[in-house]
Order: sequence, then structure tokens, then C-alpha cells
Amino acid sequence: MAEATPELLTTADGRPLKAALEAAQSRAKRRAFLLVLPLLLFVLVTFLIPIGYMLKRSFEHDGFAASAPALVAWFEANPGFDPANPPEEAYAALVQDLARMQTEKTTGIAGTRINYSVPGSISLFKKGAREAAELTPPFKDSLVGVDADWAKPALWRGMASAADVYTIEFYKVASDLKLGDEGWARGADNERIYLYLFGKTFLISAIITVLCLLLAFPVAHLLATLPMAKSSLLMILVLLPFWTSLLVRTTSWIALLQEQGIVNDLLVGIGLIGDDGRLSMMYNMTGTIVAMTHVLLPFMILPLYSVMRVIPPSYARAARSLGATSWTTFRRVYLPQTLPGIAAGSLLVFILAVGYYITPALVGGADGQLISNLIAFHMTKSNWSLAAAIAGMLLASILLLYWLYDRLIGIDRLKFG
Amino acid sequence: MALPTYASPLERIWYYTYLVICSLVFLFLIAPILVVIPLSFNAEPYFTFTEKMLSLDPTGYSLRWYDALLTLGHPAPETPRDNTWWNAVWERATWVQAAKNSFWVGLWATILATVLGTIAALGLSRPEMPYRRLIMALLISPMIVPIIIIAVGMSFFFAKACVAPDSAMGLLFGWALSEKGCLANSHLGVIVAHAVLGIPFVIITVTATLSGFDQSLIRAAQSLGANPRTTFFKVIMPLILPGVISGALFAFVTSFDEVVAVLFIAGPDQQTIPRQMFNGIREAISPAILAVATILVLISVLLLVTVELLRRRSDRLRGVTGR
Repeated sequence: MAEATPELLTTADGRPLKAALEAAQSRAKRRAFLLVLPLLLFVLVTFLIPIGYMLKRSFEHDGFAASAPALVAWFEANPGFDPANPPEEAYAALVQDLARMQTEKTTGIAGTRINYSVPGSISLFKKGAREAAELTPPFKDSLVGVDADWAKPALWRGMASAADVYTIEFYKVASDLKLGDEGWARGADNERIYLYLFGKTFLISAIITVLCLLLAFPVAHLLATLPMAKSSLLMILVLLPFWTSLLVRTTSWIALLQEQGIVNDLLVGIGLIGDDGRLSMMYNMTGTIVAMTHVLLPFMILPLYSVMRVIPPSYARAARSLGATSWTTFRRVYLPQTLPGIAAGSLLVFILAVGYYITPALVGGADGQLISNLIAFHMTKSNWSLAAAIAGMLLASILLLYWLYDRLIGIDRLKFG
Repeated sequence: MALPTYASPLERIWYYTYLVICSLVFLFLIAPILVVIPLSFNAEPYFTFTEKMLSLDPTGYSLRWYDALLTLGHPAPETPRDNTWWNAVWERATWVQAAKNSFWVGLWATILATVLGTIAALGLSRPEMPYRRLIMALLISPMIVPIIIIAVGMSFFFAKACVAPDSAMGLLFGWALSEKGCLANSHLGVIVAHAVLGIPFVIITVTATLSGFDQSLIRAAQSLGANPRTTFFKVIMPLILPGVISGALFAFVTSFDEVVAVLFIAGPDQQTIPRQMFNGIREAISPAILAVATILVLISVLLLVTVELLRRRSDRLRGVTGR
């Protein structure tokens, strides 16, 4: 019998099977992608581009570069000038630009740009621009005569840096660096507000995460071990807060925790504290922590529950029958099996807590504010570039956590109810 | 979890402690939501229970704060309550206007998010989908990225996203844009922002429903001669509809409760209920807020029951038993 020669498999119309399969697969791929495409475009335009635009603004500000052409040209020609003692022609260019700002009404925007790195520059620029037309040479002496701050090396460093439209200065400011006469340096300890607030935000979020875990663990366990009929009834108690407006929940916490609120009334009523010893639990960090723990608790219970539900009870029984105490059974057998749920819930709660805005804004008072509230504050003060830079830093940390979440748990495991 | 028969006395004590702890956590979860309901019937302008309320004296209770919802912003609140009075409520009362805005914005944002999200979820749950993980991560991210960052980005971008009123885009969308033809301070801007925020919920619920979907049903329909449209409407749609409706309800609630984006991108014409509440809590806190809160709690109970029923129906249809 002759050896069968390997024959190329083909489809009915004679194409090689391999090529036909590949064509069919890429067609299926294209079809699947086309279904997602409209949403992708929508998200691109309304979500990605706005965030990208915000990030661009955190690196870019042409307020000074566009309104001071003479000085910008001079900085370009003299990159190595001494900021402690700029020459007369630099002052001449500056006075020329100030006069121009006055006529073109760009003093505010130029001053705002410099103000980010050198506080007080807005009023300095306004004052200088008002007088600029009347100033006579030598410009150095006459301008310093208007305000001695015009000779500050820090100001000249700031202007030289602002001559470039693109800058990382806003990130430097948001990292608590200060532009001094010698250049950028770490600010004094009591002036380090931004990194301090970042640290505080992470700390409060960690506290909230731990509190949520402690409260959620027994409840999730109960829900997972009860018979279905009872547990679905109790599950409603977990899902109702989830569906209730955040503002409603925050309002209720104000009613409960404020000084004339229900909890204090109750404590006074049963004589635990005196009427003058009412606890202040609202409009401070306690208020933020309690209200946020309540708001985020369902996000911890639901992932824990979905993991605990599939842990077979026979493992614990086996451990007990082999002589383990109930504590050892819990610690060595049950707890390790719940770890995926603990990781999923904790990461989710932590991520959501770090970016929280509404609850701290309403119940946080002065010391319960988080980093989001600082961003909002700078937005209302029109410090847009600084707000964008802080938001950029917050975004970077959130994306890192999100990546971690995807790595450890996988986003497609996210579910509600 | 029932106590096993071999439990020691110490374990018995621990078991009952555990039940007490669980009850306390449930109380912590639910009490703050329920407490606003009786408080909203307070006859006094206080945020706490008065003596009269505690002794269940009927004069301690009233509907005045619900009435205040109708009269705030009313041009003539003291006049007799005839048709003109009620017309003025419908046209002028601050809270009614906010409710109307919230409802319309929520409705359009939900439609946008649900239609786009469902179609995308259909593509995402096909096994051939390229870059599935990356695209999924991108589409879920509006839920993860802090709302303040989204709001700041949108407020920068929407102020620049303008069209000339006489251009094609202006003629098409001009009615929904601001007077200057921008997305900022416009209804369309708020709708679009809320749709983005609702998309993750639609994607998550619909892909979860589709994960139990038997793909061979599609092939069966096609082999029996159904065209793609018939397959979609007669086979796919009925099976995933519960998931789609749940996703839509999630998206609606997200929009109905959203305040940060509204604060940053909306103008005075886009006053919504959450924005009105936010300002109310910040400035002059009155029990009228509690009356609104009570109404919102009732709405959320209604929605929760709907979603639970849908979920059970979906599980039954897909042959999944239990949770």
C-alpha cells in the first residue's frame, strides 16, 4: 500500500482551510469590535479627551509667555543670566511688556501665571503695569522704586521659567516645593499642605477600609451561611443603602451626629454625658469617617459575600473533626479561603474612599477634608493649573491602584447585588 | 449558620455575641436611612425628635415641610389653592423645577448609556473580541476615577466644546446647548456627563447577564433561518432584558443622585434635586431637606424591589438557581 501523501485540506470552493478560518476569525473580530466602537468613541470624546485636556493644562500655561514677548525674547537670548542681578536691558524689556499688558489688559493672566510659583505676583504686576508707561530709564532703578519686590531673584527665576509655555512647575507646587531666591527647595514644615493632605487622605481611607472590613466580615459570613430565604431578606438591608441617594445618607448622619442631634440627645437622655458635655462628632474628621464607612460598607460586604458563599462548610467540619479548636479552624482554614474577597473589597473601598468628595465636603468641617476637596477649592479660587496638577497626581495614584485591582482580582469580577 | 451540637459553652457565648454584632451592623446600615422618615414630619424647624414627637402627640407632627417643597419659589404661596396656584407650583416652585430637571437629565442619560452600553456589552462578551481586558478596564473606569477629576476635566473641556449656532452641529444640537453654543452650562453637557458615569453600571450588569448566555442559541436561531435582526429581537433581547433594565435603573439612579459634575459643569438653568440638596445642606439646613430625603428613600425602595424581582426572573430564565 502506497504511503498517503498529506493533502492540503480545502473548503468546498477550493480555498485552503487555514486561510478560510483566519478570514472568518478576523471577520468575527471586526464584528465584535464594531459593536463596541460607538461606545468607545463616546467615552473618548466625553471622558478621555476631557481628562487628557485637564492633564495638558497641568503642564501648560501661556499666560505669561503670550503677554510678555520682549522679556521672553530676552530670556531666550540670555539663558544663563544671573537672577540675583538681571541687567538693565532685561528691566527695559520687562517695563515694555508691563506697559503692553496694561493696554492689552493681560496683566491679570500674566500675574496669575507667576503667582503660582511666586505668591503675591498678581498685585505686583498690577501695580507695575499701572506705572509702566510713566517709568523712565534707567528702568532697573525706576521699577524697583515702584516696588522693591521687582528685584527679587525668586521673581526673576519664576518669570524665566514661565517664559516657556510648558512647565512642571504646578506639580512642583503641588509637591510642596517652594521657589526661593536660590531656586526650588522644600518648603518649611508648617507650609507643607499638599503632600500632608495626600498622606492624610490615604490614612483616612485606610482607616475607613479597616473599619468596613471589620463591620462587613461578620455580616457577610452570616449572609453566606444563612438559608437562602432568610439571607435574601437580610440582603435587602445591605442593598437599600446602596440604592439610597448619597445626599440622603449624608443628611441623616448630620441629623444623627450633630451636637443637637439624635445620638447626643440619646446619650444625654440616658445620663451617659451631661448636657454641656455633648460630643462633637459632626463637621470634623469623626463625621467624615463615620459617614464614609456607612456609605462604603456595601462595597465591602458584596465581594466578601460572593466569595464566602462558595466556601464549602465541610472544610471547617473536617478541621474540627481532626481536633482543631474553633479559633484555629477559623484562622487556618476559613480565613485563608476568604482572602480573595477581602482583597477585592478592601481595594475597592480604598480606591473609592481616596477620591471621595461630597461626604467630606458636607460633614467634614475644617479637619475632615480630603484631597478632592482641595482640588475643588482651587477650582473655585480659579487656580486651575494647580487644581489640574493635584488632580493629575490623584489620578496617577488611583490608576496605580486600579491596575493592581485588575491584576489581583480582575475587573470583570466586579458585580452588584 | 446554626450552632453545631458539639459546641462548648464558650462557643455558645461567642455565637450569640456574633449574632448581636451582626444585628448592630445591620442597625448601622439601615437606621440612618429610616431615621429621616419620622423626622421629616417634625412640626418644629429642628433636625431632631422633639418632646412632643417622642410622646407621640399628634401636634408634634405635621406636613409643613412637604408643603414647603411646593411653596419655595412660589410667587404667591398664601393665595387659595386653586388651579392657578397649582400651575404656579408646576412652573415656578424651586423643588418642582429641580425634580423636573433631574428627571429629564436622568431619562436621557439613561437612554444614552443603556443603548450604547448594551450594544458594547454584546460585543465585549463575544469570545473573539480583541483587547477585551483593556477596553473593559477603560469602560469601567468612570466608576473608579474620582468624580472630582472627571468633573474638573469636563469643566475645562466643555467650556471649550462650542459650536457656531449656524453650523450643522449648531442646528442639530443648538437647542440643548448653552446660549453661547457650548456644552458647559447646558442640558446636553449634564446629560452626556451623566451618561458617561452610568456606562460602567450598564456594562457590568449586561455582561454579567450575558456570561450565562448560551451562545449556541444564536447559532440555533440562524440555522433555523432567522436573520440577524430577528435573532437579536426574538432570541437575545428577551434573555438579556432583565440585565438591561437593571443596568438602566442603575444608570438612572447614578444620574439622579449625581451632584459633583452638576456643580462644575451646569449653569443656573440645570438645577437638579441633588444640587438643591447639596446647597441646602451647606447653607440653610431645614427639615424640608428631610422631606425630600424621605421621598428619595421611597423611590430607592421601589427601584430596589424592581431590580431584585428582575434579577430573580433573569436567574430563572437562565436556569441559575439560588443567588
